[in-house]
Amino acid sequence: MKIAIPMNEMGMDTEVCVSFGRAPYFLFYDTQSKEAVFSQNAAAAAHGGAGIKAAQAIIDQNAEALLTVRCGENSAEVFQAAGIKVYKTTKVTAKENIEAFEKGELAVMTQFHAGFHGKA
Amino acid sequence: MKKLLILSGKGGTGKTTTAAAFIDFSKARAFADCDVDAPNLHLVAGIESEPRRMDYYGSEKAVIDQTKCIGCGACYKNCRFDAIIKAGTKFSVNPYACEGCGVCMYTCPADAVTMEEDIAGELMLYQEERLFSTAKLKMGRGTSGKLVTEVKNKLEYATATAELAIIDGSPGIGCPVIASISGVDMVLVVTEPSLSGISDMKRILRTAEIFQTRTAVCVNKFDTCVENTEEIEKLCLHEGIPFVGRIPYDKKASDAINAGHSLAKVNCPARDALHQVFENVMEVFAESK
Amino acid sequence: MKIAVLSGKGGTGKTFVSVNLAVTAKKATYIDCDVEEPNGRLFFKPQNIKTEEVDTLLPAVIAEKCIGCRKCVDACRFNALSFIKNKPHVFPEVCHSCGACALVCPSGAIVEIKRPIGVVESGVYEQVQVITGVLNVGEASGVPVIRSALETKTDEENITVIDCPPGSACTVMESVQSADFCILVVEATAFGFHNFKMVYELVSLLEKPCGVVINKADQAYAKLESFCQEKNISVLCRIPYREKLAQIGAKAGIACQEDEETKEQFSLLLKTIKQEVGK
Repeated sequence: MKIAIPMNEMGMDTEVCVSFGRAPYFLFYDTQSKEAVFSQNAAAAAHGGAGIKAAQAIIDQNAEALLTVRCGENSAEVFQAAGIKVYKTTKVTAKENIEAFEKGELAVMTQFHAGFHGKA
Repeated sequence: MKKLLILSGKGGTGKTTTAAAFIDFSKARAFADCDVDAPNLHLVAGIESEPRRMDYYGSEKAVIDQTKCIGCGACYKNCRFDAIIKAGTKFSVNPYACEGCGVCMYTCPADAVTMEEDIAGELMLYQEERLFSTAKLKMGRGTSGKLVTEVKNKLEYATATAELAIIDGSPGIGCPVIASISGVDMVLVVTEPSLSGISDMKRILRTAEIFQTRTAVCVNKFDTCVENTEEIEKLCLHEGIPFVGRIPYDKKASDAINAGHSLAKVNCPARDALHQVFENVMEVFAESK
Repeated sequence: MKIAVLSGKGGTGKTFVSVNLAVTAKKATYIDCDVEEPNGRLFFKPQNIKTEEVDTLLPAVIAEKCIGCRKCVDACRFNALSFIKNKPHVFPEVCHSCGACALVCPSGAIVEIKRPIGVVESGVYEQVQVITGVLNVGEASGVPVIRSALETKTDEENITVIDCPPGSACTVMESVQSADFCILVVEATAFGFHNFKMVYELVSLLEKPCGVVINKADQAYAKLESFCQEKNISVLCRIPYREKLAQIGAKAGIACQEDEETKEQFSLLLKTIKQEVGK
């Protein structure tokens, strides 16, 4: 299973980014092969609709789950339509959260914050 | 860090005066001016150092290469923002009207249009013992929620000891206001006892409600119409919104501003009333924890 | 003749000046372009109100026609479309109604439907035609409502007074575009002066003739006075702070009808503006 995590830096032992849409990087992690790929988030500098664009990048990578601190309503709508599950992180680093996820300790996110309004 | 945002709906009710006094009362280590269209907090914030300046890029703007343009007018026909200026068979872009949608570029048969980055404003970050984040939108640029968001995000650079951040908001209920509300812990609405003030207060309260943000209300210049002040108090009671105080009209308020400092430093009735409002707000804050 | 009334800072008295000027001119049209907080109507309490909805266009996808090419999603520079399970998905509040998606669609699968974002109210008070743009709460951009308010049919012979939004952003520019003369209302304080310089820059850029009304002018603010002198901006009138005016304003009364001094002041102001425009 491929999971995605918004990151501040490229490193498994670094912090998960508190923002989803405007996170600098995304980590894509394959739970079977244990392969980790970091990619830049092109939506970070978007003028508006960053959450939608970032969510698009996640589904285009065929990820099946997202582990994140927060998630806005627009992104949540994309994930729901695409059938991607969003989990709330409870630990600090990517590695710790992946471990928690694999043990089934992370809960599915139920609260999504209102958007900043895409317009600028 | 807890964030308190000061809004009003109607302009000129005393947002910045309140914000500046609150900064002094609370000895806030972090504060921001989100009124990027008409920022004023820097005039009274008592910050002396030079800020770190960063360009703010807004939406892209279309640019027409005159050497490639064949004068067909496709851009002019398709632009919905009246941003293409036609002069005979010459076409150019009015950057003030252009929203950066790219329609002109998509429809140009001669590849004469490109979308280019545009500096739409400037962010300024003052980092002394206290941190002050502010910005200025360039004239005629789009009302920008993204710039407001960036100003607010810069508060994260404050030291961990900064427990409270005071944020001065902008008037209205549109994009910049919506952007400023998101992620704050509480909104203090500063209104005035005029029918205009009340009408605008209702609109801003509804906006805050959409974003599920805790609010409190105070009335500035309450003595210009006590009747309306009572009306506002009743309305708050009815809606279950904490009413945190009345501030009298005081000429000393504009004197303080003109002298370049906050009302907190002047001994006068408005200062005392504001201090009471501040304490009440802190109490509401404590209850919400 | 079209007169735009503006100020950088909010609450300096734009609506006060606009309303009283329109009433003084008698045969006048008042247009409230402060669509986020339209307050002129509170003073006029206009009668015979006709309301017209203001819409923007929003794309809708006809599923049967969509070939899943993703061109619309890639063309949208506002990220208002996402591509899920080979179909585009629209986010209304992010859409700028530019029409790019419909334009690039090769199979005609995108139609544009109307989405209401506000209203323009049109009514009368005595001989004043009162037009008010009102933006719906929660909407981000008032420009289409402003445009619609300004396009409302008015009596050609009327003097038109345009009450602008505060600031100097695109909404203000939109409001000022068609004006023959601009009144800059400024408060004699450091805040008022600071924001005044910004709108002055805006009207200079648009090459609009302008004059200044100094409100709450009981004390001269030296920097403002010397700025006006230096730039050769005429001070059209000075309105000192008076408790009576504040009280009339609080109750949304029209000052030039309740206060003799204000009545005279605005007659004089109107005369001065007519002279300035005639120059």
